[in-house]
Parts: sequence; structure tokens; C-alpha cells
Amino acid sequence: MVAKLKTFADLGAARTCAQAKRNKAQTVTMCCGTGCQASSSQKVAEAFKSELAAAGLVDSVDVRLTGCHGFCEQGPIMVIDPANILYCHVTPEDVPEIIATTVRTGEVIDRLLYVDPASGEKITREADIPFYRAQDRTLLGQNRRVDPSNIEDYIAIGGYSALTKVLGGMSPEAVIKQIQESGLRGRGGGGFPTGRKWEQCRAAAGEEKYVICNGDEGDPGAYMDRSVLEGNPHAILEGMLIGSYAIGANQGYIYVRKEYPLAVSNARKAVEQARQWGLLGENILGSGHNFDVEIARGAGAFVCGESTALMASVEGKVGEPRPKDVHTVKDGLWHKPTCLNNVETWANVPMIINNGAAWFAAKGSNGSTGTKIFALTGRIKNTGLVEVPMGISLRKILYDIGGGAANGVAIKAVQTGGPSGGCLPAEKFDLPVDFDTLTAAGSMIGSGGMVVMDEHTCMVDVAKYFLAFLQDESCGKCVPCRLGLERMLEILTDITEGRGRPEQIEVLEDLGDTMAQTCLCALGRTAPNPVLSTLRYFRKEYETHIHDKSCPAGVCRSLIRYSIDPGVCTGCGACLKACPHGAISGESKKPHAISETMCTRCGICTDTCKFEAISVC
Amino acid sequence: MSNEVLERILKGRRSQPQQLVEVLQDVQEAFGYIPQDVMTTVSGDLGVPLIEVSRVANFYKAFSLKPRGKHVITVCMGTACHVRGALRMLDEVEGQLGIEPGETTKDGLFTLERVNCLGACALGPVVVLDGRYHGKMTPNKLRKLIQSVHAAEKEVTHGR
Repeated sequence: MVAKLKTFADLGAARTCAQAKRNKAQTVTMCCGTGCQASSSQKVAEAFKSELAAAGLVDSVDVRLTGCHGFCEQGPIMVIDPANILYCHVTPEDVPEIIATTVRTGEVIDRLLYVDPASGEKITREADIPFYRAQDRTLLGQNRRVDPSNIEDYIAIGGYSALTKVLGGMSPEAVIKQIQESGLRGRGGGGFPTGRKWEQCRAAAGEEKYVICNGDEGDPGAYMDRSVLEGNPHAILEGMLIGSYAIGANQGYIYVRKEYPLAVSNARKAVEQARQWGLLGENILGSGHNFDVEIARGAGAFVCGESTALMASVEGKVGEPRPKDVHTVKDGLWHKPTCLNNVETWANVPMIINNGAAWFAAKGSNGSTGTKIFALTGRIKNTGLVEVPMGISLRKILYDIGGGAANGVAIKAVQTGGPSGGCLPAEKFDLPVDFDTLTAAGSMIGSGGMVVMDEHTCMVDVAKYFLAFLQDESCGKCVPCRLGLERMLEILTDITEGRGRPEQIEVLEDLGDTMAQTCLCALGRTAPNPVLSTLRYFRKEYETHIHDKSCPAGVCRSLIRYSIDPGVCTGCGACLKACPHGAISGESKKPHAISETMCTRCGICTDTCKFEAISVC
Repeated sequence: MSNEVLERILKGRRSQPQQLVEVLQDVQEAFGYIPQDVMTTVSGDLGVPLIEVSRVANFYKAFSLKPRGKHVITVCMGTACHVRGALRMLDEVEGQLGIEPGETTKDGLFTLERVNCLGACALGPVVVLDGRYHGKMTPNKLRKLIQSVHAAEKEVTHGR
């Protein structure tokens, strides 16, 4: 049991002590985020620890298991400092060699190095890898420096010093002023100025107030909040503590999706440790401020990312939104004034307090300050999390950091902002990525998902995908959303299945406009965006589906057929074995054939064929 | 035994209606689904009308009202997985096991589920088998994965 920190001096002493524990000659950092764990990083870490003990090197090498580094594509990732050597795709079998060579002699193991796909060159140092070099990893970079299950790590890198500054000598008004001057805007999608929200909540009548961290990252294709929650939960707690002081709240909630088990468990551990250390609870560090946090798990409802639905869910009720004629800053959780911010927003707060509003405001452009984390995924070379200053161009993100198209197929579009966002075509890639520009272009930053699409992606199918998702997730409370989505999905299904009629495009636009104006919550009002933005930029694809009954990308199953070229097929039988529906027949070493009636057009055979004998048309 | 589990879940939460979602989460984890009689107990103990308990249990996707199979295969249908061929993974499982999402095989061995995003987008397409993530899946790898479960199950039966 740790003795509670009772004063600011106690925290200072704890920091000195924590820093002293981190002075070993070398540090081996192993990414153990969800991505790398799926690639067996935990096994590598265990092997490393036991080999290290066997080699008698425990006293000179620190092994740190951290949250997500962001470069998930290359996982499991290991970084050896101070030399800053990065190894990727590390397996437990590589461990003895790493210890015998790199750790003992500093020699680099060539085969474990990252290969730059652009130049084909091997890169030794983490800092020299283009994926990292072009980023500004102010927040995400902290993930690499702390073990999220150990509060001492966070304290050692200066954690809770912003809290000391705030509780030790700043008035709540001064804190709010700092946040306002920094220009910080909500990272969850809305982009509402954080300082103004705090000010309104502070001004709201009522003794009892709440702060909430929205970690219900429901947008498919976005996982930056998961990574921050998993990798740096204390930064969020510190942000919430500062917010609670500024607003005058004594209770907070972190709402996390159940689909993120590691984030739930790391957040719980962090809260537990912060309580043990006296950083949550009563009379924090002797300041007189009381604050505690509870974890509430989301139960798999996309609509709970909406603030009023989320609050209903925390209250144990069905997560349905309510009209926001009175804002949640006045009438929120249990009808009390409530300040809800997103994970990334809270995590930015301590840095703003420590470095000053001007430091934060100096980054970014065009009314969007600071850095933002994006989840770069889909059909691109370097998938992972990237943190960049606001205002950077999409092209820089996609090509300088993302490394460009995967599989040599040209990038056609990037989908930003999840189901509420839209698809931007290649000719818009020079747009600066900031809240207002993307919204004007028919998309949005949203929570920060960026899904890259290439010539093999059908934009009508993408629009249908999002509509199907939204229709499934619509809570059904208001009519425009409940029925509008269903009608739109029906039309898109018609179009992708060869029954489309030209006049339906207008109906889609009309329905979309009606929904945008009349839905109860923001999720409903933005739901038509995927359709409207693809209609705006990829209308030709819709027309080809309707007029020619064909899908140029070869995706929409009713409009395509697979066939085997008998001149190329060697009769190897690979596709026959692979077809899950038994639609392929043929004798060994003789050309095979696909049964039109049994084929479901899943395309598994095409992926299996080594001779490119199967084509889609 | 189930009574003890339920007692543990309800302890310290009685007469607190706001704990409903959390309690049902724990019930789902412990029982694999939300049994009807448990809903009745929860309703009485938390002080929430049964119809509200039922409404909440039906509303959230994390809750299943039917028992699930011994092994749960979850196919991620997030955007990143979708553009990398998640539908093919679903096809493969459906073809192999003869069930649709939300269904359980007749022998009670497998339940197939789909999820809208697991946030492991860089590894797409992602398939989760009994809580373990399998990234960069291909139909071929998936088939082998299902076969390995079948093989392990056979060994267990023979072992008896």
C-alpha cells in the first residue's frame, strides 16, 4: 500500500523518486496496445523479461510495456533506447539474439529493421522513419514513455504537474481563460470550443456538477481514443481533475466502449492507483478540492457517443438522445450541469496548462489549433495512428506519412469522420485538414478516422455500407432518422442490385436534406453525409450502376460475375478447396469451372488463385 | 452456483437503478447471455420495472437474450475491415458453419457475431475467436482457425 500524497511537496518528492527508478543504462520499450497484442507482443515481452533475467542484465536494462505507438502495421514493435533502434515484426524467437547482440554490444540486427517501402532502404532509428518523422507526436508520443499500469511512470515524465500548477495557485477563471486562449476545440467530432463549454458549465446554476470523458468511440475506422485510454489514462484523469476544478465538479465518469477491453481495464487500474496515491478523492494534495471518477462501460450502441444518449446510458437507462433545447452544460447527467469532453480533448488539457495557451495556439491554422490524432486505415501502405498539426494537407498525411497507395492501386478517395463524415476525392487532397475546411467540403474531421479507398473500392457500396450501419444503429426515437435511413438504404440496395432508376438519385438527395434539417440528434442530422458526399463527388459511379447495371470496382455482387479462364487455369484445385460454398468443380490438372447458381460472388477464389486465372466482370 | 454468481454481481448495487447497465454487463459476462429469470431478479433487486430491464437488455448490442455457443467468432465489420474484405470473412464462416450472424450451430459449439468496429483497424480484416484477436485474416487462415477448434474439441471428447 502506498502512502497517500498529501501535499504538493509530497508529489514533488514522489516524482524525484520515480525518476530515480528510470535511470538504467538502456530502456527496451515494447508496444502492448491492442494492435500489437493481436500480433503476440505480450509473448515477446515475456520472453524478453525471462531472457534478460537469465542473462543477468535486469539491473542495467529497463523493460517497459507501453500502450500503442501508432505504427500498428509493423507490430509487434520494440524500441531500444538510448540508441533509438526500432525493430518491427519481432517474434519471441528473435529475443535471445536481440539480447546477445543489440543489448549487449549495441550491434544492430539487420533483418528486424524497418524497410522504407518508398526507397527500399533499411532504417535503424525510430526517429528517422518517415512515418514518425513527418508527425508532431505531442500527445501520442507520451504513450511510448509510460507503462499505463504504473502511475509512477506518468509522474516521472512530469505527470500531475499541471494539476499542481492549477490547484496551487490558479483561480478556476484563470484556468478557463487559458483553455479559451489555447483555442482547443472538442476532438470528438463537434469541434465546439472547449473553454466556452467549461465557462458555460461553471456559470450554470446548481451546486452539484459533473464532468464526463466520452470514450465511446463508436465510429468504425477510428481508434485514437482507444489508444490514449489504453496507453496514457493518467493524462485523461489529470485533464478531468483540472476541468473539475475549473467547473466546480466533484464527480466524473469515464464512459468507455465495452468493445475496448484493454482500455476498460487500464482506465480502471489508473483510477484505482490515483485513489491510492491521493490524486483522486477528498482534499487532493491538501488543496481542498474533492474529485472522484467512476468507469461506465458502454454496451454496444453507437448512438451513445451522442452526449445526451451517453448520459442516459450512465444513468442505467436506454441510450436514447433527447432534444437539446437546454444544453447539457445546464441540464445534463441527472439533470445537473455536466461538462462532457472527448478522450483526446481531456488529454490535451495538462499540456496546455504546462506549456501555456500560446504554445498550443501556435500549432495549427484557420481556427483549429493544436495537433490532432488520426487513424489512418484502409488501402494504404502505412496504417496506424498519426498525430499532426491541424491544417496539414490530406496529401501530406496520405503520402508523406501514409506512404501512399497499397498494392500499387491508385488512391481514389479518403473517407473522413466516420458515418457522420464523407468521402473526399483525390482532387481535394490539397485541402488543409481543419474543422471548418473539411465541413465546407462536405465531410468533417469527426473523431478522426481516415479510411483510404482505391480503385477497388466501390463508392456506392461504401455509401450503402454506412447507411446499413446507421440504420442498424439508429435508436429509432425520431421518425426522420428511423424511416429516412430505411428508405435511403432501400434505394441504395436497389442501385447496387441492378434495379436502380435514374430518378432515385434525386429522391436520395431530397431525403438527405430532410434528415439534415429534421433529425433529433447530430448523429441523425449527419447520417446522410456519406450518401450526399459520394453523390457530390462520385455521381458517375451511381450513374454507371443505374444505367449500365455494372459496378466498375467489381464489388457489388449482383452486378458482377466470376469466371475462370480455361486457357490459364492449371487445375491446381486451390480455388476448389477454398470456395466456402462448393461452387467450383473440375478434375485435377484440368481447367475448373464456377457454377453461376451456387456462386455467391464472395471473391475468395480470386484471392486464392496464384495464376490469375479467375476474373471478375 | 448461478445464484452465487448473481449474488456477487448484485452485492452493493441493490436499490440503485442507475447500476442497471453495469449489472447486465456483468450478467452477460458471467452467464454468456441474459437469462429471463435473472432479469426478473435484477428487476426486483435494483428496483427497476421488468419492462425497463427488458428494454435495456434489448436495446444494447452487448446483451444477448439467447445462450451463446461454446466458442464465439466475432467478425469485425468496421469500415477499415470492410474495404479490406471483411464480407469475405463473414462468407467463409457462414459457409463453413452454415449459420448466419447471431446464430449458433446446432451442436452448440459456435456462435457467429458481427461487430461494428473493434478499433484494431490497422490489422483489418480482424476476426476475434473467444476474445483473442486475429489480424490480417484471409479466408484460408480463417478456415484453418475453425478447423483447429474442431480438432481441439475432438481431442477433448476422445480424452473423456
